[in-house]
Amino acid sequence: MKINVVFTLVFTLALTHSFGQVKKSTKGTFALTNATIETVTKGTVSGTLIISEGKITALGSNVTIPSGANVIDCKGMFIYPGMIDGGTQLGIVEVSSISLTDDSDELGELTPHMEAITAFNTSATAVSVTRVDGITTTLVVPQGGLFPGTASLVNLVGYTPDQIYAGFKGVVLNFPGAGRRGFWDRRTDEELKKEEEKALKQLNDVWTEALYYVQVTDAAAKDPSIKVASNPEMARIAEVIRGKMTLLIETNKSSDIEAAIKWAQDKKVAKVVLTGVAEGWRVADKIAKSGFPVITGPIIALPTRESDNYDKAYANPGIMSKAGVKVAIRTNDQENVRNLPFHAGFAAAYGMSKEDALKSVTIVPAEIFGVADKLGSLEVGKLASIMVTTGDPLEPKTQIKYLFIDGWIVPLDSRHIQLYEEFLNRSPGLKK
Amino acid sequence: MFKILNIFNLLFLVSFAQAQVTKGSLLIKNGTILTVTKGNMENADLLVENGKITKMGKGLVAPAGTQTIDATGKFIMPGIIDAHSHIGIDVVNEASRPSTADVWVGDALDPLDLSVYRALAGGVTASHAMHGSANAVGGECETIKHRYGTLNPEEMRMEGAPRTIKFALGENPMRVHGEGNRIVPATRMGVEQVFRKGFEDAKAYLAAWDLYEKEKVKNPAALKPFYNKRHETMAEILKGNIIIHCHSYRSDEILMLLNVCKDYQIKRLVFQHTNEGFKVAPELAAYGAMASVFADWWAYKFEVYYSTAYNAAILTKNGVVTSINSDSEEYIRHLYHEAAKTQRYGSLSDEEALALITINPAKQLGIDQRVGSLEVGKDADIAIFDGHPLSIYAVPQFTIVDGVVRFNRSKDAADQRLQASATRAETGFFLHKEQHNHDRCLEGAFENTATFFGLERE
Repeated sequence: MKINVVFTLVFTLALTHSFGQVKKSTKGTFALTNATIETVTKGTVSGTLIISEGKITALGSNVTIPSGANVIDCKGMFIYPGMIDGGTQLGIVEVSSISLTDDSDELGELTPHMEAITAFNTSATAVSVTRVDGITTTLVVPQGGLFPGTASLVNLVGYTPDQIYAGFKGVVLNFPGAGRRGFWDRRTDEELKKEEEKALKQLNDVWTEALYYVQVTDAAAKDPSIKVASNPEMARIAEVIRGKMTLLIETNKSSDIEAAIKWAQDKKVAKVVLTGVAEGWRVADKIAKSGFPVITGPIIALPTRESDNYDKAYANPGIMSKAGVKVAIRTNDQENVRNLPFHAGFAAAYGMSKEDALKSVTIVPAEIFGVADKLGSLEVGKLASIMVTTGDPLEPKTQIKYLFIDGWIVPLDSRHIQLYEEFLNRSPGLKK
Repeated sequence: MFKILNIFNLLFLVSFAQAQVTKGSLLIKNGTILTVTKGNMENADLLVENGKITKMGKGLVAPAGTQTIDATGKFIMPGIIDAHSHIGIDVVNEASRPSTADVWVGDALDPLDLSVYRALAGGVTASHAMHGSANAVGGECETIKHRYGTLNPEEMRMEGAPRTIKFALGENPMRVHGEGNRIVPATRMGVEQVFRKGFEDAKAYLAAWDLYEKEKVKNPAALKPFYNKRHETMAEILKGNIIIHCHSYRSDEILMLLNVCKDYQIKRLVFQHTNEGFKVAPELAAYGAMASVFADWWAYKFEVYYSTAYNAAILTKNGVVTSINSDSEEYIRHLYHEAAKTQRYGSLSDEEALALITINPAKQLGIDQRVGSLEVGKDADIAIFDGHPLSIYAVPQFTIVDGVVRFNRSKDAADQRLQASATRAETGFFLHKEQHNHDRCLEGAFENTATFFGLERE
């Protein structure tokens, strides 16, 4: 016990800000004691949670604290799994108005082999700004064109692609659609329809070519005399056709959502996730029937049509969820991914159950991405991606007190916090 | 008969000049009243008579037939005020010159703008319909009340609200005129001189008119100076009759305008956006300049890259009268939530956080004697929530303007457009993606808006 006290002291000192000292993430054995543990999947437990070798090794009321553990007294506090944002451009866009800091959108319609994780700036200012609000994992999604690239799930701690990769990649398809992009989009209905048809034909042509590619490469695998030229675009789509990779189909307008479902079923795509799905509420039953999971958002948004109720974007996740759709929530943001819990909160305010809203940013995205054995809930054996809070993480008032990502305790520091510390009581003040 | 007709004509003329504002009476029963300025009242009633709050307390009785709202378990707060928006108008920028002090947003009011209804659905009862930020000196703005349902633009004006004008610093005026048209300002140095020249011209203009007034006494044939609306407006700022609301981001440019105002003894000054206001909070507080900020917008352009979500808290704790604004037809719908973010970023109290969207913006618009808190004698502009408005789970239920219920969640029909009909077809599907690589402030500033808004990028 004495050792524990000493360790606690050393640990506390290490976290305390002092002059000229850079705060760094560290790893170790931790005992989070006296906490209310919201497991998300297995109810609420009071007691202790142990982190060792980066994983949750024990949790409950009757837990032995390993010798040498750093003990953090969480009396009055709550432990939640870190939140997962199912779609962002965090790390690949730094200042959106300055095009050379925007790596989200490569030229061309057919660039499925572009890897979002390659351009992820692990030291981007927005990364620490995001994670201090309890978002520990994000899907980084390339933008623009028919097949803009490959999205990656990343943990928001680490400095290399290997260190941040969280175990899921998916090929993005912007399903051809007819939506205007805003009041400034002056294309006529006819123009839109033409563009949609052209894009759909382009998609089907690409798909047909990719099917050939699969046949040829299958044959080449058996017959070494068949040489296949390098074709990274087709090679990536072939992985989807072979069922090895998930196809993330971005679609928003109700008629497009229906068309996308039918297309994916016709093509017998093995792993499909629908993303965006802004008008999912109009066709919720059809989505449910398809069995395709949905990553929807932003939730705090305007309705898609002037004739819709003002709250339809808020209500969308709840309506889909009640119809039986598996719903995860995303911000689709860059610098303000930190608002993820508030998007989930608005979903709860406007019809989704609070329980489902929390799940939509924790266990549900983990399941959709096939990483539920590692992330998304507090269970023994899972990675320690954890936030210790003063209350409900969806409430703005709640403070995050400790943060673990992928087993690392991460300092609660960001440029926003540093500026607060520097300028709350400025020195020199009014007089120098 | 002729006489009667004339009276009717006269009445018609009067009502045309000053629109009749619709006012209501109602009794709100048994809620938690968040007055903002004078604490909270539990299980209390609030009586509204002819558009004004006349009583607050327990067991109030209204005249028979008065509409009653049961607020049991609900929270009653002052109607939310947005000190910076562009709703209810159909044009934002007159971007043709670096100074357009001669134009007025009040000439472009649009009672059909659906955004006004959607703002009501977020508890917002008044907003500051602003000119854009394409030029250093923009046009005059209009403080509007959200009397959605009226088809008369005159009825949208908040009668008696002080005049305000839009100024703008930094990237937007530099980009539109310097980069776009190769005329000053292309730098923050140039922006300063637009103001100084504008005020010098106004002083010379006033002097010329003074001289003329004196001359006229001696010489009835004295030559009148040319009337110039731009100089007139700038002169009214010098006289203290117009409040400056200045779009700004960086601390250096904020200090620049403070110095300009010091030199011309201009006291009524509100900074808008003010992303780096936190860096010069002591100077703002000392001057009495106020700040209207975003809760957490940053990084969408370079001049907001060194921002912090703690801005509102730092400003508030340094004694600056601070508000949180939307500058967006989407964000205006949840200013209560934007205010709540100051509890995460800076731990402001409930009263401090609510003041950011009620009494403080009212002070910035010079309308705090009328609105911004729940007090007897004030306008009955009220929002009723089903939970504490700073909770993420709270949903606005009723929004009341001048005692008239303008939003009732239980009666929210899908299509709230005022002119929806078979001939006015569906306006189409718009995907809302909140990517702040532009300000709404710049709407209409570029001829090719499609290019500006990044359409070609998608």
